[in-house]
Amino acid sequence: MNLVERLEAIPDRAAAWLGRRGPTKLPMQLTQGRIYILPSGAGMAFGMALIVLLIGAINYGLSLGYGLVFLLVGAALSATVQSFRNLLGLNITRLRIDPVFAGEPATLQILLENPTSLRRPALRLRCGTAESLATLEAVSSADIDIPLPTTQRGWMPVPAIRIGTRWPLGLVRAWSLLRPDLNCLVYPAPEAGAPPLPQGNSRETAGRLTRFSGDDDFAGLRPHRLTDSPRHVAWKAAASGGPLLTKEFAAQQGTSLLLDWHSLHGLGDDARAARLTAWVLAAEGLGMRYALRTPEGLLDAASGPQHLRTCLARLALARSRHA
Amino acid sequence: MAYLPPWVSACCIALLGWQALRCWRGDIVSGRLLRLLVLLLAAAIAGGIRLQFGYFLGKDPGIALLAALLCLKLLEGSSSRDLRAAMLLALFLQLSLFFNDQTLPVAALALGGALCTLATLVALEDPAARPLSALRSSGLLMLQALPFLVVLFMLFPRLPGPLWGLPANAQSGVTGLSDFMAPGSISQLIESDEIALRAEFAGELPPPSQRYWRGPVLSEFDGRVWSVRETLASRSPPYAVRGSRYDYVSTVEPHNQRLLLALDFPGTTAQSGISHASDLRLLADRPVTRRTRMVLSAYPETPVGLNDPAFELANARQLPPQSSPRTRALMAQLSANAGDAQTIVDRALLFLRDQNLTYTLSPPLLGDEPVDEFLFDTGLGFCEHFSSAFAVMMRAAGIPARVVTGYQGGTINRFDGTMVIRQSDAHAWVEVWIEDRGWLRVDPTALAAPDRIERGLSNALPDSDTRPFMMRSGVVAQVMRDMRDRWEALANAWDINVIGFNQQRQRDLLSHLGLDGAELRTLLLTLVGTISLLLAALLAWALHRRPQGDALDRMWHRFCKRMARHGLARLPSEGPIDYAERIARESPPNAARVRAIARSYARLRYGAAAADTPARTRELAHRIREFSPQ
Repeated sequence: MNLVERLEAIPDRAAAWLGRRGPTKLPMQLTQGRIYILPSGAGMAFGMALIVLLIGAINYGLSLGYGLVFLLVGAALSATVQSFRNLLGLNITRLRIDPVFAGEPATLQILLENPTSLRRPALRLRCGTAESLATLEAVSSADIDIPLPTTQRGWMPVPAIRIGTRWPLGLVRAWSLLRPDLNCLVYPAPEAGAPPLPQGNSRETAGRLTRFSGDDDFAGLRPHRLTDSPRHVAWKAAASGGPLLTKEFAAQQGTSLLLDWHSLHGLGDDARAARLTAWVLAAEGLGMRYALRTPEGLLDAASGPQHLRTCLARLALARSRHA
Repeated sequence: MAYLPPWVSACCIALLGWQALRCWRGDIVSGRLLRLLVLLLAAAIAGGIRLQFGYFLGKDPGIALLAALLCLKLLEGSSSRDLRAAMLLALFLQLSLFFNDQTLPVAALALGGALCTLATLVALEDPAARPLSALRSSGLLMLQALPFLVVLFMLFPRLPGPLWGLPANAQSGVTGLSDFMAPGSISQLIESDEIALRAEFAGELPPPSQRYWRGPVLSEFDGRVWSVRETLASRSPPYAVRGSRYDYVSTVEPHNQRLLLALDFPGTTAQSGISHASDLRLLADRPVTRRTRMVLSAYPETPVGLNDPAFELANARQLPPQSSPRTRALMAQLSANAGDAQTIVDRALLFLRDQNLTYTLSPPLLGDEPVDEFLFDTGLGFCEHFSSAFAVMMRAAGIPARVVTGYQGGTINRFDGTMVIRQSDAHAWVEVWIEDRGWLRVDPTALAAPDRIERGLSNALPDSDTRPFMMRSGVVAQVMRDMRDRWEALANAWDINVIGFNQQRQRDLLSHLGLDGAELRTLLLTLVGTISLLLAALLAWALHRRPQGDALDRMWHRFCKRMARHGLARLPSEGPIDYAERIARESPPNAARVRAIARSYARLRYGAAAADTPARTRELAHRIREFSPQ
């Protein structure tokens, strides 16, 4: 940790000490009390240079030397205030992060709003180690994406977001901290080269994997369930005033798979999650109906994006119960 | 560039050209080979500078190295960090420019340089900005920096003198008069239009015939060259002042000598660090390495040298043996049966007049006996020929005589009233010593060219002589002279008020404001107070929010606020018509007026623009102004 970072941690610690470190409520406006300012590394070098210049001016009695130094001091002070002004009044209206598979970057989306008639150049939004640059025109708003690296399945808390700027001269940095009360759901990374989908453990005894392209083979109607794909709703029947029914096809009927956490003996939790993820994705890709059993319980057989998301979320958080 | 060794300048220009070419080609990635090349170049240039100056740790080699390094850094670096480092180097280089020159144009140049430096930093931080907008941002920064500049400049505690011993080469100045005079040495100075000193007279100006500014006094003569003789100095003048007195403030340009070029003959002064030499010069304790201002007085009619010791006078009669035989013969003739020294002086002057000598800027070269050749053969000479010849004549007749060099005359700047004495006013005259009357000034040049003394050099020269440009007649030269005078008045004000701002002037300024400037604490408190005020103003500027929306929005806003005070605040979801209807329901007496206002606003805001829009807007403004809820 270099000197600048150490210095920057000070206001944060002070806030912690004062017990003001709770998560930030949105929308948040950047007001005077939230903006911190400290010299940057370049600013410190600049300051040192000014001191040397001043000593030179004093020693050689150079009036214009004094003038030059004082002009630069004035410019640095003005830059400090302008840095502050560059952040003042910005609104952070919304934060959003969508689930991703572990290993892929999760995109944190920050809706930043500039209600004033000032252009806000060179804003740096930093979250953890990732940083994005943005410029907001007068009276505008923008979604700013910050890619966050993910490694582990489960809930990943979004670290504190720092909205800062070093504009105009790069000599001082002004920043404000936002502690989002936000977690990113990270799905397990699907196992590469996973074994093919299990076949022998179909739950329904009548289950036979006959054909996969059997969407054409209409088999009959059954009462509609919420998880059914809208593509399979018998709209004609519904339009003629009948109840909402789902068309059943031959291929689906017998291919309801049970993907079971407990059947994968000899694998660790993460490995099981990875394999099941690969299977769930494969089953969804094949248009099959699949059920998922994890230590948390059983998800009934279904298919479709909603079911996929539910399964993946289950798998992201699943843990074996050890006695 | 002008102050660097030429080859360093050439190197810098070549390097910058190369870099420009690279930028133009869009190929600015620096490879390993380039870095190595840059390193080698840096070493080569450093070596060259060492060879050029013979030493390394000093001001001039330092500046040369700095300039070269800056150019190399630009070539080598491509990251923003490199550029920032280059900007700092540029600031140092800018300061080094002030060693040589602190005039107004240089100040303007430095201001432009600082602007460019700031613009570069802005562009580094905000690469999306166009160059013009970066320049505008930095212009705003500069504008906001100016009050700080003024306050800090006036109130930052000034320290007298250097913090540590300056290296010998720290100061450089123009040297005017030298310690010796050979034929031709003064006519070189005449070509220079530079200012030697300025004098601001408090009251009356001395008459032109008394404007003699004393420089080196030359009393050693080797037959060709006159040179100075070591003298003693004391704090008080070696004479008792008499006659009319002239008070003036003298500003001497730096010339690296102790000479103060005072008007003959300086009286006792309250100024410290000044002494009077026995040859009547006024000397500073240290060489004049920066522009020096002093309050002085002069008593031109004072008799001087009444009690000069015999050995000094004997020295002033010395001539090298066998030199100037024809002059000796002449003087033997002239001094025959002359009653006293004054008669001899008069006869010698008469002889010079009858000789029809010509005053000219371009005298012919003289041989081994310059005085004889001038007097009897060529008859063409400049003031050094006249004074040298006359002093030799006096010495040949046994009268103590010496040559005094300095400046004679001076012109008044019409714009600020100061008397300006230039290098071109350089002159040489003679002093002879006569029993009971002391040293008397005799200006033999006046015989051949009386106008030289009364009206200046330009009028004294024969028409055929080519004058330096500024001395010519004609409209163009007159306009140029006018512009020069105006410019010099400005430069003088700049020199006195800005460049010459020191501890003393700071104290004067503060006591002018009613503060005790001598006390550091007062100074610091004033400084901190003023800076805080400025910062507060800057912060207020930053916090100030311009009202949002256009005039119409503001009007509507005012109306809503007024109703809110009345207990009927507009809900965020309510449009103007709904709001008006609600008000009409809850407060019937206002209904008609509120409906009218809301409809008018809605039409103006959401309707298409029509020819009568401005009129309607005015009408709405009037209605809202007149409206007060009942």
